[in-house]
Amino acid sequence: MSSKIDTAVSRFLASRARFGPFEIAFWLIAFASIYLLPGRHLILTETAIWGLFALSLDLILGYAGIISLGHAAFFGVGAYAAGLLAKHEIIAEPSIALLCAGLAAAALGFATSFLVLRGSDLTRLMVTLGVALVCFELANKFAELTGGADGLQGVTIAPVFGAYRFDMFGHTAYVYTLVWLFVLFIVARRIVNSPFGLSLKAIKGNALRSSAIGIAVNWRLVAVYTLSAGYAGIAGGLLAQTQAFASLSMLSIERSADALLILIIGGTGYLYGGLIGALIYRLLQDYLSDLTARYWQFWIGLLLVAIVLVGRERIGGWVYLVEKQVARALRRPPPTSPADQGV
Amino acid sequence: MADASATPVLETRDLDKRFGGIVAASAISIAIRKGARHALIGPNGAGKTTFVNLLTGMLRPSGGEILLDGAPITNLEPHRRVRLGIARTFQINQLFADLTPIETLGLAVSERHGSGRDWWRIVGSRAGITAEVGELLERFQLVDVMTERTAILPYGKQRLLEIAVAFACKPRVLLLDEPAAGVPEAERQEILATIAALPADVTVLLIEHDMDIVFSFADRISVLVNGELFVEGPPDEVARDPRVKAVYLGEALDG
Repeated sequence: MSSKIDTAVSRFLASRARFGPFEIAFWLIAFASIYLLPGRHLILTETAIWGLFALSLDLILGYAGIISLGHAAFFGVGAYAAGLLAKHEIIAEPSIALLCAGLAAAALGFATSFLVLRGSDLTRLMVTLGVALVCFELANKFAELTGGADGLQGVTIAPVFGAYRFDMFGHTAYVYTLVWLFVLFIVARRIVNSPFGLSLKAIKGNALRSSAIGIAVNWRLVAVYTLSAGYAGIAGGLLAQTQAFASLSMLSIERSADALLILIIGGTGYLYGGLIGALIYRLLQDYLSDLTARYWQFWIGLLLVAIVLVGRERIGGWVYLVEKQVARALRRPPPTSPADQGV
Repeated sequence: MADASATPVLETRDLDKRFGGIVAASAISIAIRKGARHALIGPNGAGKTTFVNLLTGMLRPSGGEILLDGAPITNLEPHRRVRLGIARTFQINQLFADLTPIETLGLAVSERHGSGRDWWRIVGSRAGITAEVGELLERFQLVDVMTERTAILPYGKQRLLEIAVAFACKPRVLLLDEPAAGVPEAERQEILATIAALPADVTVLLIEHDMDIVFSFADRISVLVNGELFVEGPPDEVARDPRVKAVYLGEALDG
């Protein structure tokens, strides 16, 4: 009897972490695009980087409930770190330099995480915004190092593993970016399905009760904020490396806001939101600017309002609703109570 | 039993709590002996929940001491006290609305095993943990709803989960803050039976309004009035005490 429940429990928990058909299809299509859309690699690279950046925001917003309007601080620090490492030939190998860029951003994330532990959403919005503004002005001020308003010029990125040169069509850049995105996604997916990830969801749901079951709430938030900053830094580093350039816009408020917008479009709390959001955002941008070159942001704004009103704060937002409908059509529902109760 | 009564597992000495000019706890000294079924009663606003918040570290006292097995825990953070063996339930459900009972209990058990910082292994991949979650689900009659989101569970089941989560922390002292509050009569018995069936080695401090529950459950009763310990003793003594009657009668007249 109880071993039967035991099995049901572990099966249920395992099913939460299993790769579904949608996920497998998603990544197959993503990697197939290397061969199928060779003319679009420049745009796809940029989209994948936006996706990774939005994913980093999802780690804190979707899982731990920390709202941020300053995530570009970490993106920009990663970008400048990667740019400077290459420009001054400190670390030639791009993948190692990218890891270092991520670590630099994570260090800043750790240092500033203590500021977002307490307070309401409003406090957090203002604190994160403030940190990003400070970073922006610092980069502007120290122009000898960063190039100031002109951006970091004269960056040359060495070939990946000494073999794959970044070409002008962005083929290397896209494969390089996609592999990073995939690896970081898998790591993030492991993390959110671990006991640590579950504790984050618990903290988001009810911080009071979380501490009442022995969770050191503050340290978990510090950990995930640091991780998220590292992810954002790698996204920024990828942009700097694939464009051989870093600029103040990578630290800007607009970039933070766009990441939030992309994440909300795709939905929070299921990791794919950032990636799907980035794709939709890019497609909309292309489609709408063909339609009305100057007013495409009007439609994006309208869409944002509609999505937030329809999806509310449900995990996955509207994507979740669609998936549920599709799943219902495709297969019969799984049994909900696998153990017969004999008590 | 006589030996056990000599060693209080949880003790407060002159515990004070003031919110500005309001005194919520005033020089409360209570010793809860090991294995006790101790009830804390008192009229509304007597400071019962404040006292639980002080014991669990959700509030810091303005003065006095809290001892667990003789060692001071007065300034420890809430999560550290949980690890030392004090767990509580809440008068108003404090659950994880988006998690299922399996996940909620799995989390509590994982945390107790110290795997809460484990960020690589998948939840529930450790056999010991799933077995324990299974036992908890059975003990608290949650098997039939174990894969439902907590938010949509019937209120009685939520109350059971509320106790189950605290019990999953394997407390030595379990603080139950009005466990049956707001539960419809039909589901009430299930909760009371569950509480009565708690293992004897777990010390229980029960905060309750309902006198039937208190007198059927407790082997010792403390009465709190206006933040002060008013009377303490075995149930029959407390029941006979004219001062206690006066307090409750007075409250009834006010209401």
